[in-house]
Amino acid sequence: MNFRKLLIRPELGAVIAAVGIFILFAVVAGRQGFLSPEGTINYLEVSAQLGILATAVSLLMIAGEFDLSIGSMIGAAGMVIAIPVSLFGWPLWLGIIVGFLFSAAIGYINGWLVVRTRLPSFIITLASLYLLRGLTIGFTLLITNFTRVSGLRGYIEGDLLAPIFAGRPLGLPISIWWWAVLTIFLGWILFKTPYGNWIFASGGDSLAARNVGVPVARVKISLFMLTAATATLLAVIQVLNTGSADVLRGEQKELEAIASAVIGGCLLTGGYGSVFGATIGALILGMVQQGIFYTGINTDWFRAVLGGMLLAAVLLNNYLRHQALRAR
Amino acid sequence: MATSETTEKSMEPIIELQGIDKVFGKVTALQDISFKLFPGEVHCLLGDNGAGKSTLIKILSGVHRPTRGEFRFLNGPVELDSPRQALDLGIATVFQDLAMLPLMSITRNFFLGREPKKTFGPIKVFDSASAEKTTTEELRKIGIRLRDPDQAVGTLSGGERQAVAIARAVYFGAKVLILDEPTSALGVKEAAVVLKYVVQSKAKGIGVIFITHNVHHAWAVGDTFTVLNRGRSYGTFRKADTHREKLLQMMAGGEELDELAVELDLIAKRDSGPMSELEHRVAEDLEAKDN
Repeated sequence: MNFRKLLIRPELGAVIAAVGIFILFAVVAGRQGFLSPEGTINYLEVSAQLGILATAVSLLMIAGEFDLSIGSMIGAAGMVIAIPVSLFGWPLWLGIIVGFLFSAAIGYINGWLVVRTRLPSFIITLASLYLLRGLTIGFTLLITNFTRVSGLRGYIEGDLLAPIFAGRPLGLPISIWWWAVLTIFLGWILFKTPYGNWIFASGGDSLAARNVGVPVARVKISLFMLTAATATLLAVIQVLNTGSADVLRGEQKELEAIASAVIGGCLLTGGYGSVFGATIGALILGMVQQGIFYTGINTDWFRAVLGGMLLAAVLLNNYLRHQALRAR
Repeated sequence: MATSETTEKSMEPIIELQGIDKVFGKVTALQDISFKLFPGEVHCLLGDNGAGKSTLIKILSGVHRPTRGEFRFLNGPVELDSPRQALDLGIATVFQDLAMLPLMSITRNFFLGREPKKTFGPIKVFDSASAEKTTTEELRKIGIRLRDPDQAVGTLSGGERQAVAIARAVYFGAKVLILDEPTSALGVKEAAVVLKYVVQSKAKGIGVIFITHNVHHAWAVGDTFTVLNRGRSYGTFRKADTHREKLLQMMAGGEELDELAVELDLIAKRDSGPMSELEHRVAEDLEAKDN
């Protein structure tokens, strides 16, 4: 791979940043536990929970759309699973399946509205963000009188589906495994299948794509279903991990996922980016969030660092992309 | 041109429009347009801005349906509902701005919508090896040597992008190639490169509809010329039966001929100069005289 080819990789900036940030925390907080196996697993788990969302979000962004509703989707899906299981006595696997069907339906509605109305997905999914969160809080209070449903731990044992969403195979939290699988699988879809080609084209120029016969509407709707599904995947992992569902779970995750994708080189206007970049973006956010903790600085500073990094990433990626297009 | 004479006598038209009208609400965009395209012919569609060229292209490429009149393709009447349908028949349109996606690789652009597939059991995968090979080969045929078929289309010049779009249409078996102002945004050298591909496509027996408002580009490659003005056709002329200045007069609508004549001399004398600039000057001068 020559230098120009390397430059055009969307995740180049993010990989450099990730290495730099790792070295920084290794030097500053290495002895306080950042480099220990526990410390490593610790930040990888934070990264993984974000990365599960960011991989799907990056595909949607490459297709030229946003999904701001995934944070609310995490809370909603958690309740759709937890309430029937703990109150109506459904088996856990049935709750999980219904949760995924529910999210697929919400994703379909989001996508269908965006494609049909041709309104910006930012507005459509901002509406779903409030609708989903509000309805989740309202119905949960109506049904249970609480904003939290707990005591789900006991249902995991012997369930058909629960083992693939819970536990620590080979000592690593299940979320890290899912993160790795999604990165490889979605990255493969993006770069190795015709559908991946259509994702790039839908975001690059949807009219040009339609003119050569790309089913743009189908591509976009399916990706909205994918982002909703990954939000549900994260909801299931969290419910089984903590044994509870909370109406406020997932707040601001939609923005962190977009930040990861952007740090990883996704273009806000679509048509450019990579799944691997989004994964590196999530890794950076996880490292910074936990790294600050190990340095002993108050973790409240995390958001300021996140904001600064986002700005720096956008500027750097912008510069690199211009270089790449100029280099011949 | 001897070839077009013989083709016209021996062959049936690929596309024939008969009495086409297009009405949008109260506005008549096209009125009574008749038009024939033969295989191996470059048919230039000339007209100033607002003459109805783009409406006619959109009818030919399946974006719009005509309000009245008949659209015949290979001697059968057709009704096109979408660009995809036109494409499946072999009517390929290369739009000026919409030809390529700049941030995608040349290979991915070339095969967009018609990706070659490799199958592993039930799994279908984009066959990038064969796609890259074909792209490199097809572009070599038109004289573009790619160092790397994986490079972004944005690294190509405007003329090269048009050329790749034309090569793509030809590779996928276009019988009719509609080029929408392929040279208007290009410099003189670049435009010459695109015109070369127009001639190459014609040599393969493809019927080319070349839309432009640049008479000089049209004259360089065209066999027949149809001039549109305000939605009406001034008729179709063979190259032997007309000349450049006459076409330019018709495009201007036969108005302001006295003023134009002076400038025409200037243009005729400077064949190879940057035409768009000259035309710009002509327009400015005409305006100045009006005031």
